This record gives sequence, C-alpha cells and structure tokens, in this order.
Amino acid sequence: MNAAVQAGNVGETLVFWICAFFSVLGALGLIVSRKAVHSALWMALVMINLAILFVANSAPFLGMAQIVVYTGAVMMLFLFVLMMVGVDSSDSLIETIKGQRVAGILLGIGMGLLLVFGLGSALTNSTSVGLDAANGVDKGNVQGIAHLIFTDYLIPFEVTSALLITAALGAMVLAHRERWIPRLTQMQLSRARFAGSGHPGNLPNPGIYARHNAVDTPALLPDGSTTDLSIPGPLVARGGIRPVDHAEVDEVAAITDGGQS
Amino acid sequence: MNPVNYVILSAVLFSIGAIGVLVRRNAIIVFMSVELMLNAANLAFVAFARINGILSGQVIAFFVMVVAAAEVVVGLAIIVQIFRTRRSVSIDEPNLLKH
Repeated sequence: MNAAVQAGNVGETLVFWICAFFSVLGALGLIVSRKAVHSALWMALVMINLAILFVANSAPFLGMAQIVVYTGAVMMLFLFVLMMVGVDSSDSLIETIKGQRVAGILLGIGMGLLLVFGLGSALTNSTSVGLDAANGVDKGNVQGIAHLIFTDYLIPFEVTSALLITAALGAMVLAHRERWIPRLTQMQLSRARFAGSGHPGNLPNPGIYARHNAVDTPALLPDGSTTDLSIPGPLVARGGIRPVDHAEVDEVAAITDGGQS
Repeated sequence: MNPVNYVILSAVLFSIGAIGVLVRRNAIIVFMSVELMLNAANLAFVAFARINGILSGQVIAFFVMVVAAAEVVVGLAIIVQIFRTRRSVSIDEPNLLKH
C-alpha cells in the first residue's frame, strides 16, 4: 500500500465499514425474510450500499450505473412482477427434500469460509496501485471506460447490443398471450348476467345509520333482517361484519308506531 | 485502507447469495439471490481493478451489469409465464418434465 492511498483513508475506512455492515445486513434480510416484497426492499438496500462502495473504489461511473440500472430498473421490474404474482406469495416452510435447508446453509458457509480465507491469505501482502494514474490518462473515469469500451472491448460491446435486443424480444414473446376464445360481446355478457343465478342489478349499499355508516355495517331489509350482500366480500370472508344494533331498530319502530297511534 | 477488505466483503455477499439460492424456494427470491451474487462479483471486479490499477475490471463489471439486466428481463418473463400456467412461483412445482 503506498503512502498516497494510506494518507486520506480514515474516511474511506469509515465508509467501508458502514456500507459493509448495511450490505451484509441487507443480504441476510434478503434470504431470511419470508415475504418476497421484504426481500426486494432488503435487496435495494444492498444495491445502494454497493453503489457507494463502487464510488469509494474510484469507480464513480459504475456507482451511478448501479443506482440507475439496479435500484432503478431491475428492482422496479422485480416489484412489478411481485405485484402480478401476488405480494403475499410467501414460502411454505415444509421441506420437500429432507435436510436440504441445513445442507444448503452448511455448504454456503463452507464456501464463504473457503473464499474468505483463501482470498485473505492470497492477498494480504498485495499492494494497491490505485486508479488515479489510469483515470488520469483520459482525464476522467468515464472517459477512461469509454476509451476502453470503444477500443479494446468494441466487439463485446457490439455483441451486447445483440444480447439486449434478443432479451427484449424474448421477454415480449414470453409475456405475449394469444386469445384462444373470441371476446364476449356486450349482448352475450348481459345475457349471461340475467340467465345466471346471480344478482343481475347493483348490489345493495351498506347500511347507513346515525351511529355507524361504515362499509362493514350491513343493510337492513324491509323486514328488519340484514343482508350480507351489502358488505364487501373480503369483509364477509374475514367475519368483519359489524352487528346491527337491533335495539336501535326496535326503538325507531316503536317511535314510528307511537307517532302513528 | 487495505483494498483486500472489499474482496472479502464481496466473498461474504456471494456466499450469502449462494445460501439464498440453495435454501429458498420462492422463484423470485432465488432470482434476487442470483442478482446478489452478480453484484458481489462486480464488487470484486471493481476492487481488483483498483488493486491492479487497470480500468479493464470496471469495463467487465459494466458488461456484467448489462448481461444481468438482460437476464432479469428474460428470467422474470419466464417466472410470470410459469405463474400463469401453474398459479405458483415455488420452484418445487415445475416438475412437468419429470414423468
């Protein structure tokens, strides 16, 4: 390690340890959390911290690209797919292969130890050259990367464009769905609605009373009974129906009767 | 600061991603773990670029990013397609080719 790199590195050490802590925390959260949405948010945390580490490693272009491409585009794509698939798609905890989880964790930790100690022992005495000289040739990191891309890496760069077009086409082909049955006309829809056993018209509104006019209050029918049709389906399924206070109803009836008689 | 720390951090993140791939069975979380492994590899590329003082590492990391973006698009389209036919994203479900 040369003196120039060593001189201004207190700040970098701080940045490294903070970002390392948060990225490992995010990675652990990614694999531990049961809901896929929580995993996606932990993943975004990891990616932002990695972007900061890229910038600290004198790679400002890659840091910005990391934020734009990963945190911006890839994570949004993940969240869109999660919305299509259903946000509450959580794992079942039953193992289909016996001992797979323990074996997987042990293998992963083993590989991690192997990598960490192997790299650590191989690289302890290595000195860092630093990128100041390489960035200085073209007067900037972006210019340096552009120089390399359009000279030494021109062919891979062109092949990348073919890859992107193929990926876009593949995604369109995979996401496309042919319509096998013709679209129903308005007349057919109307016939189906009236021929079926369902409710052809609008469903009754929830009950509106002086004390409760929330959607969980069922409507009163003329005979004093209530109807569950006036409550949104999920509330009925959850049993979240507010019971109608029949004392009030009786009271109102008594007052009306008293007024009449 | 010793830039080897970055390489070790990337090894740790790579292993965590590998554990995620091996243990989780929600296809989307498995996919995100793969992305985590790609990101860890990128961090190693960037760190080695700095250790060696050559910008090529950063160019390779850039290419990895591009390939990862293309891979995400196709992979998520496949996951959506599987979800449409099987109504599930568990990676234990698609065993149609087995029998």
